[in-house]
Amino acid sequence: MPFIPHTEEDVRQMLAAIGVDDIETLFDEIPDDLKIHELNEVPEGVSEMEISRIMHERANQDGQPLNFIGAGAYEHHIPAAVWEITTRGEFYSAYTPYQAEASQGTLQLLYEYQTMMASLMAMDVSNASLYDGASGLAEAILMAVRANRKSKSRKILVAGSLNPVYRKVARTLTHQQAIELIEIPFDPETGLTDQSSLSAYEDQDITAIVINQPNFFGQLEACDGLTDWAHARDALVIAVVNPLAMSLIKPPGQWGEQGADIACGDGQPLGAPLSSGGPYYGFMTCRQSIVRQMPGRIIGRTVDVDGQPGYTLTLQAREQHIRRSKATSNICTNQGLVVTASTIYMSILGAKGLRQVAVKSHENTNQLVTAVENIPGVRVLFGGPRFHEVVLQLDCEVSGLLRTMSAHGIQAGYDLSTDYPELANCLLVCATETRTDADIQRYAELLERVVGLQSKAPCPVKPKFA
Amino acid sequence: MLIFEKSSPGRQAGGQSPDIDTRIDSIPESLLRTDSPTMPEVSELQVVRHYTQLSQKNFSIDTQFYPLGSCTMKYNPRACNSLAMLPGLVSRHPLSHNNVSQGYLSCIYELQEILKDVTGMKGMSLAGMAGAQGEFAGMAMIRAYHQSRNDDDRLEVLVPDAAHGTNPATAVMCGMKVREIPTNREGDVDIKALKAAVGPQTAGLMLTNPSTLGVFERQIKEIARIVHEAGGLLYYDGANLNAILGKVRPGDMGFDVIHLNLHKTFSTPHGGGGPGAAAVGVGERLLPFIPVPLVIRQDEQYRWAEEADIPQTIGRLSAFAGNAGVLLRAYIYARLLGKDGMRRVADYATLNANYLMARLKAAGFDLAFDGRRATHEFIVTLKRQAKELNATAMDYAKRLLDYGHHAPTTYFPLLVPECLLIEPTETEDKATLDNFIEAMSRIDEEARTDVEILKSAPVSLPVKRLDDVKAARELDLTWKAASE
Repeated sequence: MPFIPHTEEDVRQMLAAIGVDDIETLFDEIPDDLKIHELNEVPEGVSEMEISRIMHERANQDGQPLNFIGAGAYEHHIPAAVWEITTRGEFYSAYTPYQAEASQGTLQLLYEYQTMMASLMAMDVSNASLYDGASGLAEAILMAVRANRKSKSRKILVAGSLNPVYRKVARTLTHQQAIELIEIPFDPETGLTDQSSLSAYEDQDITAIVINQPNFFGQLEACDGLTDWAHARDALVIAVVNPLAMSLIKPPGQWGEQGADIACGDGQPLGAPLSSGGPYYGFMTCRQSIVRQMPGRIIGRTVDVDGQPGYTLTLQAREQHIRRSKATSNICTNQGLVVTASTIYMSILGAKGLRQVAVKSHENTNQLVTAVENIPGVRVLFGGPRFHEVVLQLDCEVSGLLRTMSAHGIQAGYDLSTDYPELANCLLVCATETRTDADIQRYAELLERVVGLQSKAPCPVKPKFA
Repeated sequence: MLIFEKSSPGRQAGGQSPDIDTRIDSIPESLLRTDSPTMPEVSELQVVRHYTQLSQKNFSIDTQFYPLGSCTMKYNPRACNSLAMLPGLVSRHPLSHNNVSQGYLSCIYELQEILKDVTGMKGMSLAGMAGAQGEFAGMAMIRAYHQSRNDDDRLEVLVPDAAHGTNPATAVMCGMKVREIPTNREGDVDIKALKAAVGPQTAGLMLTNPSTLGVFERQIKEIARIVHEAGGLLYYDGANLNAILGKVRPGDMGFDVIHLNLHKTFSTPHGGGGPGAAAVGVGERLLPFIPVPLVIRQDEQYRWAEEADIPQTIGRLSAFAGNAGVLLRAYIYARLLGKDGMRRVADYATLNANYLMARLKAAGFDLAFDGRRATHEFIVTLKRQAKELNATAMDYAKRLLDYGHHAPTTYFPLLVPECLLIEPTETEDKATLDNFIEAMSRIDEEARTDVEILKSAPVSLPVKRLDDVKAARELDLTWKAASE
């Protein structure tokens, strides 16, 4: 019996101690007509050897295509030590550190994480993580509504250049609380948030503005001006950033005169594998003055009865298990294990290593631009400075091109027309430090062939398989 | 010692990042960072040793008995981890083309089908990243359902007073009001109070069954009838599904929407506080509102169903499709168990809990609901010890740590004074349970002879009891170098 240690003799002795004849009697408080007779869709159990074979087959079935997709999840080298240590049983199979004395390992690690993440963002404080970047933004918006006591409107301006799925998730999680998310259009020439379009909100009560760096198109926004514009109108600034980029690009705490008020995003680039979209983690950092409005677990350093330093969950009076319906959020579990990996990742790379990864990713994407920009039927849409993603406008439909390139072993990018009808035939491409010169060359050659064929042919080239 | 205190300027773990000069001219200076964030400068071995040593300061399932009630701390099979981390799975980009995703999608589809069957629901979405998100999705669907019928005034959610704190917090996030329903002396919902509370304002009822009191709600069919007749829907908090897996289905009990904590019942790791994963199941009435995306099978191919397929969906909960790696672990676990293995989970989790309860009672401990069967967990109340000996539930919990056991859940549920909520799970052997009983008896003896032993516990761990008041009043949330 997998994972059940009981011998027949154990069961006999245990039933005798309870004073019943069989296990079924222990369920005698459940009405008989509710009991299940048969599960039809659950297969018979298999051995570890059999499931191992099944999983290897399915993993192999998907292959390991060469990846040029970013769009919110980025492929980076992860040192072997990161997940070797993270999956040690003492981290892997522990729970939320409610018993602080028996959880000092996890607690100290989280305190170190909070230090590194707050510093990477140039913000005062960090929590111990939220679920992912998108739901983290929703929490940041709810936090801003609580924290901005000068504003009554619950109106949030959101950059149209922000990852569209972040806007969707934020809407799902906030719209029942009478919060209005207003999209600020981006400039079709530059792909950047258009500060002149903010003039429409000049005299309105705005609770917060959400800006991102780099933006979804990979372009670098003018965050200083946007931050100062918001602060001049008593609106809070919520920054959504790629944490890896912040080792190279000016971080939220240094934007404008005063810096952003809340900085959040997805921690995936710092040590989490792509893994079909999760588990990643949402990070959240803020100014000290609004820390009591921050959701999620927070670790503090204190002393024990002998005066020795130790770590513990703190500010729990904000949380659901104490405050119930008046809590800052319903969040309870976070993404502790991924944060563990991320802390080890940041420790191994250090500030210098992170910056090297960021610069190499930036350079590889620039190299990719050089390799494709002269291909007939391919145009780089936005010209300004970028981080490690680029929008290519093609002479053919993106969906057919993606299918064909996928059939030839390359995940070519993300189809922007899915979310932006105005960006028809536009492809978002990313080349991180993991792509070699040969990878980029292969990409350019295949792109040229497929664009050439698809833009000439009356119907798309037939892929090897659909 | 913190990792920062092991740092030396100029040291770096070589070979882990591109060995390049980081000066660049392709980004204007005004956009660049000029200072360096606080991160250690250490070797790879220093990092490995530091975090290995930190890990050794943790209690965990792999190293200790962890009877934390309501959390289902059972063995996390190693195969689930190593197979979910196969290169082909772990390196798959979430937006990969469907033609290179069939292997992954088939796992998720099959997990949806298994969970539908074992819960008796009609639809299953795995987009939620934790129990609280599953709850949110459930309540948001109930609200969307009433709104779709122009029944806009149903804004009141009934929640038993024993419920998890997430229940009322979630209702508020969905723009609804909470009304508490009292529990009777035997641990069941007070039916009279429920009847008095329902009405045209009732959106629904949130219920955990078995309840957080460690007992099965015997009047569940009556409760479902009352709520449905009043026009409300029933939401099932699946935190305690481990007790009835393969034996009773929430769908058969009358629930319209459920969430399951896969990190509990389906044994994915708790990871020091996550990642979890929430499966959200719905009955017929809520199918149109299910969160996206979910996997469907069409023309022999698997694909994601999104907003276009489910136009009334409450929307997305996560940037991609939930905690995929956690879902794979749950899938592997479900396949290893199979249909008989699932039933065994409930059988042996219940056997272990009832054995522990019977033996602790025999050892002189007071049960909160004496005379009831334990489900997969039960409650001991130390009210008497607290009053007569000044030995509180906190004191017993801390002393248990010295005996090498993680403490049970303390002070939850809130309505039982000085309580320990004890959940042994099915994966513990009899000798471990006996050991725990022995420790509890010894602590009880210590409480009678010298309560200071309990008050000063723990004494065998890296730190003694911590000053939580100082932690909250003099906030120290980040390390700062001495020179700053």
